Amino acid sequence: MASDQFAIETRGLRKEFGRTVAVKGLSLQVPRGEIFGFLGPNGAGKSTSIKMLLGLVRPTGGDAIVLGAPAGTVDTRRRIGFLPEDFRFYDWLTASELLALHGRLCGMEHAALRRRVPEVIEMVGLTPHADRRLRGFSKGMLQRIGLAQALVHEPDIVFLDEPTSGLDPIGRRMVRDILRAQRDRGATVFLNSHLLGEIEITCDRVVFIKEGEVVAAEDLRNRSRDETRVLVAAHNVSPSALAGLERWCTAVVADGDQLSLTTRSKELVPEIVRHLVSSGAEVYEVVPQREPLEELFVRIMGKDPGL
Amino acid sequence: MNGLWIMAGITFREAARRRILWTALLCGAILLAIFAIALRLQVDEFQSRPMSPFVRYQVESGMLMIGLYTCDLLAVVMTILTSIDTIAGEISSGTIHAIATKPIARWQILGGKYLGFAAMVSIYVLLTFSGTVAVAYAVTGVLPEHPMVGAALIIFECLIALALTFLFGTWFSTLTNGVIVLGLQGAAFMGGWLEQVSGFSQSAQIVTLGVWSSLLMPGESLWRRAAYEMQTPLAGSLSFSPFANVSIPSGTAVAYAAAYLAVVLAIATYHFNRRDL
Ligand SMILES: Nc1ncnc2c1ncn2[C@@H]1O[C@H](COP(=O)(O)OP(=O)(O)OP(=O)(O)O)[C@@H](O)[C@H]1O
Ligand SMILES: [Mg+2]
Repeated sequence: MASDQFAIETRGLRKEFGRTVAVKGLSLQVPRGEIFGFLGPNGAGKSTSIKMLLGLVRPTGGDAIVLGAPAGTVDTRRRIGFLPEDFRFYDWLTASELLALHGRLCGMEHAALRRRVPEVIEMVGLTPHADRRLRGFSKGMLQRIGLAQALVHEPDIVFLDEPTSGLDPIGRRMVRDILRAQRDRGATVFLNSHLLGEIEITCDRVVFIKEGEVVAAEDLRNRSRDETRVLVAAHNVSPSALAGLERWCTAVVADGDQLSLTTRSKELVPEIVRHLVSSGAEVYEVVPQREPLEELFVRIMGKDPGL
Repeated sequence: MNGLWIMAGITFREAARRRILWTALLCGAILLAIFAIALRLQVDEFQSRPMSPFVRYQVESGMLMIGLYTCDLLAVVMTILTSIDTIAGEISSGTIHAIATKPIARWQILGGKYLGFAAMVSIYVLLTFSGTVAVAYAVTGVLPEHPMVGAALIIFECLIALALTFLFGTWFSTLTNGVIVLGLQGAAFMGGWLEQVSGFSQSAQIVTLGVWSSLLMPGESLWRRAAYEMQTPLAGSLSFSPFANVSIPSGTAVAYAAAYLAVVLAIATYHFNRRDL
């Protein structure tokens, strides 16, 4: 069965709000056990798509299968965690009370919660604030407790709508570690964020959406096999050594001690270094220049036409 | 089913924290104090001149009705003000997103919230109602007839107002919701008076208008039924006021109100189930 392989599958998923088309026809397949990034400019329909997958918003067309069942059923939701775009909750609850409440809503027993709640609070770094009311929480602290509430029942899929917004660099690193830990225990993570640097180091795979349609997909783990530019700083590179580089490189530009090489794959870099060293060159620096995700994003989305 | 009770519990705690509730309780206490002073003055005045015990009893029980009517009005207004933003507010703040993605059905969210508020409102009514009765008894020695039925009918009236704020809360913003429900409450009030007037004027059109207003929003007719249940048997002939009942809402009117409540809640649930959050 195809749905065994994919945690999420959508076909032509569509949502119109009156005359605005928020999501035009989203077709996606999210493999199980991966961290999946969902990218796109403001207003592309990311939040709306997530809400459809969760059953918060009723699609006007197409279909969506989550964990082998139609999206949004009560049973599917048992295995789903969700961090909303802007997490808000009754501010008179303490962090622990909030997690206990959400755990109970997910059907967890008291005994399990007594063990689990401190564990999740620890995970998001809020242990010193466990018994403080949410009223006194900063935006980043709310974001952390929101993340904890999405994970308290150890769901099979976690949906995160901009999980790192409002977090400090340590918090962002924490989120990254948490997401990897989720993947390592076998969960699927579906997230959307504008912080492409984060996405780049966290996600296994990304899709780009624009006006509610997938316009590109990218497997980030395989990007090292793509054509790569490599900057090399080296002394004493003989003309023959330079000529020999043609074997691995599609383009070689030498500028004094700086070489700019374009190779078919990052995996060829060690051989290039070996070649240079054995030809008598002194190599100081080798820096592969992967196209940053941001540039890829801009290239795919084109110029900002304004919202 | 579990989700329903969890929602009811959390909503009760949320509702009990509303500042409006505590303000309303404070208002209730102040009004009760005024009521006690008024009764006291009345009793003193009665003692200063000869008066038939029967007339005295009627006046005192009439004053008790004024006290209970105040209770009723305050309870309805408190119910509306505390509950208008529970649905609309949580939708616009996004609080609902974290709840509605949990493995509980939407009807359980709505039903649980309703139960939580219903419990809070019931306790409020029982407190202010028994306070009023106790004060009146302490000062004058007069007790209402069938106080339990009276209190139950007042709670019922509040539950109707509550159901309406839930219904319109699934459609409109907090403010619009408040305006609509207070407007309907006004219609009910008007309906009650028109039916009273009709007892005297015998104009068929006025009766019809009154009945239509009461059908649109049957809350006020429950108060009039409550007043009828609680007043002394002879008081009905006394005066022209919302406390004396020229036209008493029948058992059918109460049954209509129950059906109305059920339909309003059913529509609210249906709509909440389908709407985007
Ligand atoms: N409830 C709604 N009613 C009407 N239009 C809506 C509603 N929700 C979203 N939209 C519209 O749908 C489009 C997609 O919105 P959505 O929130 O999904 O974008 P997004 O990709 O999450 O953007 P961002 O990156 O800014 O969060 C926007 O044009 C928005 O105006
Ligand atoms: Mg968004």
